[in-house]
Amino acid sequence: MREYDSVWLSRVLTELTLTFHIIYATIGVGIPLMIAIAQWIGIRKHDMHYILLARRWTRGFVITVAVGVVTGTAIGLQLSLLWPNFMQLAGQVISLPLFMETFAFFFEAIFLGIYLYTWDRFENQKKHLLLLIPVAIGSSASAMFITMVNAFMNTPQGFELKNGELINIDPIAAMFNPAMPTKVAHVLATAYMTSAFVLASIAAWHLWKGNRHVYHRKALHLTMKTALIFSVASALVGDLSGKFLTEYQPEKLAAAEWHFETSSHAPLILFGALQEDGEVKYALEIPYALSILAHNHPAAVVTGLNEVPEDERPPLYIHYLFDVMVTIGVFLMVVAAAYWLGSIFRWKWTAKKWFFGLLVAGGPLAMAAIEAGWYLAEVGRQPWILRGYMKTAEGATSSAHVDTMLVLFCLLYMVLVIASATVLIRMFRRNPVERELAERANNGEVAP
Amino acid sequence: MTLEVIGISVLWLFLFGYIIVASIDFGAGFFSAYSHWANKQHILHRIIQRYLSPVWEVTNVFLVFFFVGIVGFFPKTAYYYGSILLVPASISIILLAIRGSYYAFHTYGGTERNWYLIAYGLTGLFIPASLSIVLTISEGGFVEAGASGVALDYGKLFASPLSWSIVLLSVTSVLYISAVFLTYYADEAKDERARALLRRYALLWSGPTMLSALLIIYQLRYHNPEHYANLWNVAWMLVISFLFFVITVWLLWRQRQFGWAFIALLFQYAFAFYAYGISHYPYLLYPYLTIYDGFTNETMAMALIVAFIAGLLLLIPSLYLLMRLFLFNKAYVKGKWEGGKG
Repeated sequence: MREYDSVWLSRVLTELTLTFHIIYATIGVGIPLMIAIAQWIGIRKHDMHYILLARRWTRGFVITVAVGVVTGTAIGLQLSLLWPNFMQLAGQVISLPLFMETFAFFFEAIFLGIYLYTWDRFENQKKHLLLLIPVAIGSSASAMFITMVNAFMNTPQGFELKNGELINIDPIAAMFNPAMPTKVAHVLATAYMTSAFVLASIAAWHLWKGNRHVYHRKALHLTMKTALIFSVASALVGDLSGKFLTEYQPEKLAAAEWHFETSSHAPLILFGALQEDGEVKYALEIPYALSILAHNHPAAVVTGLNEVPEDERPPLYIHYLFDVMVTIGVFLMVVAAAYWLGSIFRWKWTAKKWFFGLLVAGGPLAMAAIEAGWYLAEVGRQPWILRGYMKTAEGATSSAHVDTMLVLFCLLYMVLVIASATVLIRMFRRNPVERELAERANNGEVAP
Repeated sequence: MTLEVIGISVLWLFLFGYIIVASIDFGAGFFSAYSHWANKQHILHRIIQRYLSPVWEVTNVFLVFFFVGIVGFFPKTAYYYGSILLVPASISIILLAIRGSYYAFHTYGGTERNWYLIAYGLTGLFIPASLSIVLTISEGGFVEAGASGVALDYGKLFASPLSWSIVLLSVTSVLYISAVFLTYYADEAKDERARALLRRYALLWSGPTMLSALLIIYQLRYHNPEHYANLWNVAWMLVISFLFFVITVWLLWRQRQFGWAFIALLFQYAFAFYAYGISHYPYLLYPYLTIYDGFTNETMAMALIVAFIAGLLLLIPSLYLLMRLFLFNKAYVKGKWEGGKG
């Protein structure tokens, strides 16, 4: 039986907040880019369909941003409230990107406010589109800065620890730590990918229901092409992440792969079940694939988990998180590629109802992969909160009230998720595309 | 000036900024709800909505700035305040979350509910009350620090007349600051009925803010004599603050120069807030933590200050644009482009 101490409760509460926040944060990073693309195409082609897409996406986006802001505030404060010892130590080295994240977000918030209220204020639509650029830059920069902090927790550098004191602090080196490039690239690429799939789901939903309006076809086409590009990018960066882990966090890769003995020609294990005696059953083994993932060479030696001291090994269930992330990622990439090829070669099956059904599932699946990926990243770092320097248990608060707060935040997030979903659904049901298109056509806007 | 002092001055400025913009926001929410209840909605609703709509997100960022900044400059605050504030800060977060998200749901999603408006109005008073507890705690006497960590004595906190006086000041200030600003805003919009009503609210709440501030000074004498004694060193700032208060009330009374009335109010609060801050020096938390032993290393402090200046160079023009397009745009204030949103 596990003891319900404040460390464990603090972990659960942090997990809960992040699980919830990451949904809105991912959308918040990706959707401004999608809106910008749609509006840009709309202006260039003089096609009101794309302009309306941008407008409707923006309206939905504001709702998700609102929830993202409040959950972001929550996690920002919870870092200090739940992990005071960690923040006291790490704050001396890694506050700079945290601080800059606030600036980036401030920048985004100001321009989002302006963008939202100025649709009809400029004669030249391009000026209005210009206002979106700081929004997109701000949200992606926020993601970058905050991921730098997370990367620092995995590969801390830029300081020396002497007699419990931190000396020779170099905030820039701390920001540009080894985990930073792959992590930031992976977070951004998957955020764009997931946002594209989420928006594609909406378009596919209408097509699946039998509404074959050209508006939805255009929406699906735009989002699926973007989704394909960023799926491929995510996979490429994912491969680089494997090589990064090999060099800097071999225990994370080994635990995720159930790779216990150091060996060459290492196979990649997918799925399966771990037996009591450490044997892996029912798994799908791809020969040499782990060696290739780790070193780009089928014969390369990959460090096994047994090399790592027992009390520094991550929990082994992260293997399943890895499976979920990779399986969904590959599946979605194949689906997006099929859609794209189908649209070029005019395949019949990619315009069938069941295929639209697959695309409807794409958004939620992509979001599930995001969640699995973050669990993998965070649980895979355990038992460390600051790898090599501070264990998670040492970083937590000693307060006795974490349990009550956990219940309160559970309630809050439930209310927010239900309310935001209801508001979004009602907002778009009440104002269907067809009606809005008709109104705009009366105002003299054109669709070729 | 040492880096420590620069750091805390910058943070204090952000906290001041938050207090002003958040007070306007919270108070507007309360007046909006109150006018609905008192069947005066038709007078105030539009003017308040028009102000709040483009700026609500910006308000929250001031707060985030402050707490991210204070942990950056003074990492030990994460240890002390982080441990102590779990419950009060969590409650504030939850209230802020409900308020912020429901505002967006309502404004952009079109949710029309009475209970929502009531919750929106009440959170506008509860949030400042819950946040103001931090200032009370910083006066010392409610915290026990031992080997096993730091803990907050809730019984003492809730029984203290000082904490209730501070709550009182925070709530009355929210209503006062908001009413003065909205009076000016209504005047700009040439909405005379709204202006008359808001001016009455402003005059109504002016007295109570001053009384609760005096109450705090009086109680501080017994609760924290050291702070009280330091306050006398900056008594001249409090006198100036009071003079600005008189100017605001006088202008409101004579019904002229509402813009200057609000500017005088800004100075009134700035002087009082800085007098409080300076006399609090050097403590971040009596008697455990000063800005000197809680300070980060010099490299990080310099990096933060550079980032801060670079950030301001980016933000000030952006904020200027926001204000020019909305707050101080005559056409917008008067209600042109009402349907401008998406």
